[in-house]
Amino acid sequence: MAIVFQKPHALTDAVLHYCPGCPHGIIHRLVAEAIDNLGIEGEAIGVAPVGCAVMAYDYFACDMIEAAHGRAPATATGIKRCRPDNIVFTYQGDGDLASIGMAETVHAAARNENITVIFVNNAIYGMTGGQMAPTSLPGQVTQTSPYGRDVNHCGWPIRVCELLATLEGPEYIARVAVNNVKNVKAAGKAIQKAFQNQMDKKGFSLIEVVSACPTNWGMTPQKALEWVESDMIPYYPLGVYKDRTAAKEAEAK
Amino acid sequence: MAERVLMKGNEAIAEAAIRAGCRHYFGYPITPQTEVAAYMAKRLPKIEGGVFLQAESEIASINMVYGAAAAGFRVMTSSSSPGISLKSEGLSYIAGSDIPAFVVNIQRGGPGLGGIQPSQSDYFQATKGGGHGDYRMIVLAPASVQEMASLTVKGFNLADKYLMTAMILADGTIGQMMEPITFEDVQVEIYDKPWALSGTKMQRKHNIVNSLYLKSDELEQKNFERYERYKIVEENEVLYEAYRMEDAEICVVAFGIASRVAKNAVAAARKEGVKVGLIRPITLWPFPSKALRQAADQVKSFVCVELNMGQMIEDVRLAAECTRPVSLCNRAGGMIPSPGQVLESIRKAQKGEM
Amino acid sequence: MKTTQILIAGFGGQGILFAGKFLAYKGLLEDLQVSWLPSYGPEMRGGTANCNVILSDDPVGSPIITDPDVLIAMNLPSLQKYVDAVVPGGQIYVDSTLISEKVERGDVQVYYIPATQMANDAGVPTLANMVMMGHVLKNNPELTFEGTEATVSKLVPPKKAQLVELNMKALQAGRDYQG
Repeated sequence: MAIVFQKPHALTDAVLHYCPGCPHGIIHRLVAEAIDNLGIEGEAIGVAPVGCAVMAYDYFACDMIEAAHGRAPATATGIKRCRPDNIVFTYQGDGDLASIGMAETVHAAARNENITVIFVNNAIYGMTGGQMAPTSLPGQVTQTSPYGRDVNHCGWPIRVCELLATLEGPEYIARVAVNNVKNVKAAGKAIQKAFQNQMDKKGFSLIEVVSACPTNWGMTPQKALEWVESDMIPYYPLGVYKDRTAAKEAEAK
Repeated sequence: MAERVLMKGNEAIAEAAIRAGCRHYFGYPITPQTEVAAYMAKRLPKIEGGVFLQAESEIASINMVYGAAAAGFRVMTSSSSPGISLKSEGLSYIAGSDIPAFVVNIQRGGPGLGGIQPSQSDYFQATKGGGHGDYRMIVLAPASVQEMASLTVKGFNLADKYLMTAMILADGTIGQMMEPITFEDVQVEIYDKPWALSGTKMQRKHNIVNSLYLKSDELEQKNFERYERYKIVEENEVLYEAYRMEDAEICVVAFGIASRVAKNAVAAARKEGVKVGLIRPITLWPFPSKALRQAADQVKSFVCVELNMGQMIEDVRLAAECTRPVSLCNRAGGMIPSPGQVLESIRKAQKGEM
Repeated sequence: MKTTQILIAGFGGQGILFAGKFLAYKGLLEDLQVSWLPSYGPEMRGGTANCNVILSDDPVGSPIITDPDVLIAMNLPSLQKYVDAVVPGGQIYVDSTLISEKVERGDVQVYYIPATQMANDAGVPTLANMVMMGHVLKNNPELTFEGTEATVSKLVPPKKAQLVELNMKALQAGRDYQG
């Protein structure tokens, strides 16, 4: 009998704790597939965040460490600087990466730290029950913006890719989404490229994955994916924001 | 005899760390510890595998230490009081993950931004836990440049042995001063680190370095196990110096730079015929409680000399179990008591005035 | 048993800490116990600077000097601040180019050396500190002038070897000064 579908080797048998309809499972799978495809599970060291993916250390079959909130890029830096031949990645949410950990994010990018960062942007704090995130959209209702995010009061959402692309440091910055099959395929490719870049010692690659949080958005999974298309992606346009190697090649031509 | 070289205390820490096998330093500038970073910045890039990295903040640097330590490497950071407050979150995570780290605090006066002159006002922070949760650090208090070096080597060894943070708790004076030292006695102990993140190589189950235990009974068990280990540290690793205690009726207790001043005062008091000695804790945790309890049976009172508002005095009182009075001779905010001030306190203790 | 506590004080930029290092290294090479403690902080940048050096036959207790045996004052505020702290029978060295006041104590030995002027005259205008050190060596039997060049060589980075000669020039001028 032919196997037509199986779990990637780089995922353990642990049952994921994520809510029904949460795209974290898809994104975990994309990361694990990239690791499998590149044959780097034995070299990979993952850094889990504080947030919904806090227990990612149980899900990835490679060596894992649980970082303090926002500090995953610093922790990854410590590992990578000791073990430059291992493949080090972080998996972080929007609160972790773009709020409390913004300094670590920007500086790891500025140093062109040779690591891979998977940034899951679902515009909300999920683990703590749906508070306003640095990427929550203007007017978005959350537990801590019950009347909608008032940008005059608490500022504007941060577009991480656009921000980091202004830096000389990073190698590769791209935004993808996982709201439909086409986007999921493209996301998988981008994630694999981010790992390949590290193997090629090209430096810091960050993939922002526009995701959904049906539970805390108060939507059905189907409705949440529609909202990604109608509201999230217009604010966070998909695409490659920086690709140093491609830019160099283009220049050479 | 090995060659005596003149070195600043901060430089002695850095050189000793390198000799102890530390090849990774992550830090952020702050006075009065900058020489540690400067020395590492100069030396480490010239050593195979050596990495010096100036982080964007103290917070980032301790989390780099966390990552590097988890990778199984001897790694360090150094800072001064306000910087250690920022690192305390990371120190708690390192403790909760049961991995070794080596941290230096060259204290300055506080609280807040405080000053930059020498102080011992982070005693509580170091010995009682600056970060959240139940945890301990091995706290080493050098009183000379030579000890800055020897306790650094010891700190790395103890950290690896007991899977916890070893901290050098010194102050601006010992950090900045130069004294002749030798490096003849560097004994590097090597411990296996099967828990380290090195990549599974597809040959073992994945290693996880983690401090999260959402099941309370599991977390309790982790804490119990950790404290069993701490108990062994308390039994085996206490260090102190007893000076002229053989017939002492007054016992001065002081660590670090305060003990140097106190020694002068003890010598002066002895000349006046006062039977006084000094107990100098070298490990502040584990604290030499037994030695002080024994001293309490011999002396009529204790004089605690500190560069703070009275912190170690609480441990001295606990150790003496209220059997003897304990008086405080202190300066704060970057000031240092003179030998004369300490002598006056000894005289008062001799007369029974507290 | 002998212990000499030396306090050097002046403006930042006068080479106060360097002069202290010189004495500490000199002591080290003569197999004495030594400690060297600088003032640190903002005063290094143009304010006052001072340096505590202790030379002893026995291990040094407190490295902090409250009652110096020897005071080297390179400016007036430093002299005024520390003159009364010097122990009776102690020595005070005054850079008389920069300090016109006289020491009014009768229980100490005072040496007036126009060090800044002498350094200028010798073509080493930044080395008044070492002119003072030369005179200190002359008057302190536990430190001899012998081995001075070896000491200076330890202090000067190999790339700046030409500075050894200039320092020696200043030290010799100080030693030979007949006050």
